[in-house]
Amino acid sequence: MNEKTLDFIEPDTSVKILKVAGQKSSRKRILDMGLTPGTRVDVVRRAPLGDPVEFKLKGYNLSLRKREAETVLVEIVE
Amino acid sequence: MTEKITVALAGNPNVGKTSIFNAITGSKQHVGNWPGVTVERKMGKRVHNDLEMEIVDLPGTYSLTAYSLDEIIARDFIIEEKPDIVVQVVDATNLERNLYLTTQLMELGVNLIIALNMTDLSLAKGDRIDAGKMQEFLEVPVVSTIGSKGNGIEGLLEEITKEFQRPQETDNVFTYDDAIEKVSEDLESVLESDPFFIHYPSRWFSLKLLEGDENIIRKAKESDSYPGIEKILNKVDAELLEAKIADQRYKTIQTMLRQVCNINTCSLSGSDMVDRVVTNKYLGIPVFLSLMWAAFEVTFTFATPFMNMIDIFFGWLAEAVTNVISVPWLASLVGEGMIAGVGSVLIFLPNILLLFFMISLMEDSGYMARAAFIMDKLMSRIGLHGKSFIPLVMGFGCNVPAIMATRTIEDTRDRLITILITPFMSCGARLPVYVLLAGAFFGRDAGVVIFSLYALGILIAVVSAKLMRGTVLRGEDTPFIMELPSYRVPTLKGSAIHMWERGQIYLKKAGTIILIGVVGVWLLASLPAPGSNAVFASDAIYGTTQSVIGVIGQFMEPLVAPLGFDWKIAVALLFGVVAKEIVVGSMGVLYGAGENEDNLSQILAAGAMTPLAGLGLMVFTLLYAPCFACIGVIKRETGSWKWTMFQLLYGTSLAWIFAFIVFQAGSRMGLLV
Repeated sequence: MNEKTLDFIEPDTSVKILKVAGQKSSRKRILDMGLTPGTRVDVVRRAPLGDPVEFKLKGYNLSLRKREAETVLVEIVE
Repeated sequence: MTEKITVALAGNPNVGKTSIFNAITGSKQHVGNWPGVTVERKMGKRVHNDLEMEIVDLPGTYSLTAYSLDEIIARDFIIEEKPDIVVQVVDATNLERNLYLTTQLMELGVNLIIALNMTDLSLAKGDRIDAGKMQEFLEVPVVSTIGSKGNGIEGLLEEITKEFQRPQETDNVFTYDDAIEKVSEDLESVLESDPFFIHYPSRWFSLKLLEGDENIIRKAKESDSYPGIEKILNKVDAELLEAKIADQRYKTIQTMLRQVCNINTCSLSGSDMVDRVVTNKYLGIPVFLSLMWAAFEVTFTFATPFMNMIDIFFGWLAEAVTNVISVPWLASLVGEGMIAGVGSVLIFLPNILLLFFMISLMEDSGYMARAAFIMDKLMSRIGLHGKSFIPLVMGFGCNVPAIMATRTIEDTRDRLITILITPFMSCGARLPVYVLLAGAFFGRDAGVVIFSLYALGILIAVVSAKLMRGTVLRGEDTPFIMELPSYRVPTLKGSAIHMWERGQIYLKKAGTIILIGVVGVWLLASLPAPGSNAVFASDAIYGTTQSVIGVIGQFMEPLVAPLGFDWKIAVALLFGVVAKEIVVGSMGVLYGAGENEDNLSQILAAGAMTPLAGLGLMVFTLLYAPCFACIGVIKRETGSWKWTMFQLLYGTSLAWIFAFIVFQAGSRMGLLV
């Protein structure tokens, strides 16, 4: 399978969300921001110092630290 | 007969909620805090069609969960205060995520009106949104607005009036799959049969139970029907439901959006292009540093002439008044106490206004989020958020506006830590003390010494932040989930209102504390020491051993003797709490050098103080209790005397320990003798 966590995805790649794991409070916030299973997310860029990472989804831009991105399971879409 | 109604403004952050609020209320607004917390609460009034509307600006939120203070405040207000109307400001350029909050507001059963804001920008982007169809789908009024230009506000007020007079019944537009609906119905019937839940909209409450909302579950546990609720909840997989509920809310929104608008998503937006440079791997940091430098320069360089004018004016006023009043003590009280006190409050105003103007430009344009994005890695190393960087940098200019600038940090704990460590950023007022002492004792190496002091301050701030994170302010790290909003052109009016609002808060809340402090010190320096027959408030006794402050200084001498300081230094340091730069002037008077700093420098170098004690004094000045203005804003921003006293005692203890190490270890090792 092509499953990976979101923190491993290189910029300029598109992925589909499979599942959000992690602590209840951060999981809920991540879901609320629209990273629900099935959503398409584009990895835009990493911050100049390597962390956090910027994503584009649902027509807006969001940034997550790698620590949060690590809890999001995704698969790469072509 | 005018009727009074409450209108709450809800919405995501960065949707122009403030501009709508400003457009509705004009200048009739006031800023306070939500009860018990330091989150800001803005209220304003507007009379329209015989309706007196009290507008309450709720904190900007993406959702209504129990995981953020802002969201708890917003939902508690809606549930407990039951506003007559809730207006949700929706960003027309970012509908899908904005409407997620709508689903929850509708579940709360509020009388909702949607202000479809920034319609000019969505149109420019090439989107076509049919507000009429949207209204049909959601079954709530939808009004198009352009908050920054004040367009659509009349229509919105009209709609509020209509909705208040004839509230429309809305069905549940947002429905879930059969499995969820079934459990929700079971829960709802339990909730509706128990009067304990009478204040809560049962559908909302049951959905929150299914989402596993901790606050709501705790609430439910207080009721007698909890066993029944628990039985239903035990049958479901909470983690799965939570994802499903969020997912299905978004699905419904997508279904609606397909019907009501034609969104142009393919083109690369202007924001994306700007970000290619601004958050670029190589250019991001240089751009950030240049902007920081510019903001710093504007704040502190542009302010200088105004500050000089204030200084000269109050100096002149004090002298003029002193000459007029014939009773010497009264002249001194009014001149050196009160007028100087008011002057020392106002002197910070140019800095505060300019800094908040700059911050407002950065926030409203959308750059602030980028700055946090760029600096977050560095700040997260000490357990802070990227947004803590800007206040800390501004601290090098002046701690007072810097501490006020921590308002931009959403997380309460991050904000508190940032406030507590900002005073270790060596502010401009401490520089004259370093210049005098380093010049007197270290000659050519003065520059290195001063640089080391700044570095020591940063080091202590970093270590303190880590220490506080691990001890007094421990707790689960808040997740870093930050929107990078589209860039927008800030409006002069918006920034001016923001700037003025900050200035007012400073004058009202911090001003009193500063004034009391300054007059208090004047009193101590003017009251004759017990047993002395000197005249109250005469020039001859001001701050000398003949005065109370001098006696306090002598009393404190044993405390500071291990640092190599005498009573004169103790007194100068007490004066330094009025304003750090006064340390120099006070030493001048006490060492008999008058106001000539070169004289003072020579007296000190000639042996009035050892170089080690001088170095210790610089370290002490860097770390000890901040000035009254700073204490005043710490109190105002933390809302707590406990944390204010903590900063004072923590800083002063560190100051003592470090000055002790410098003096004692240096003496033992025979350095600088």
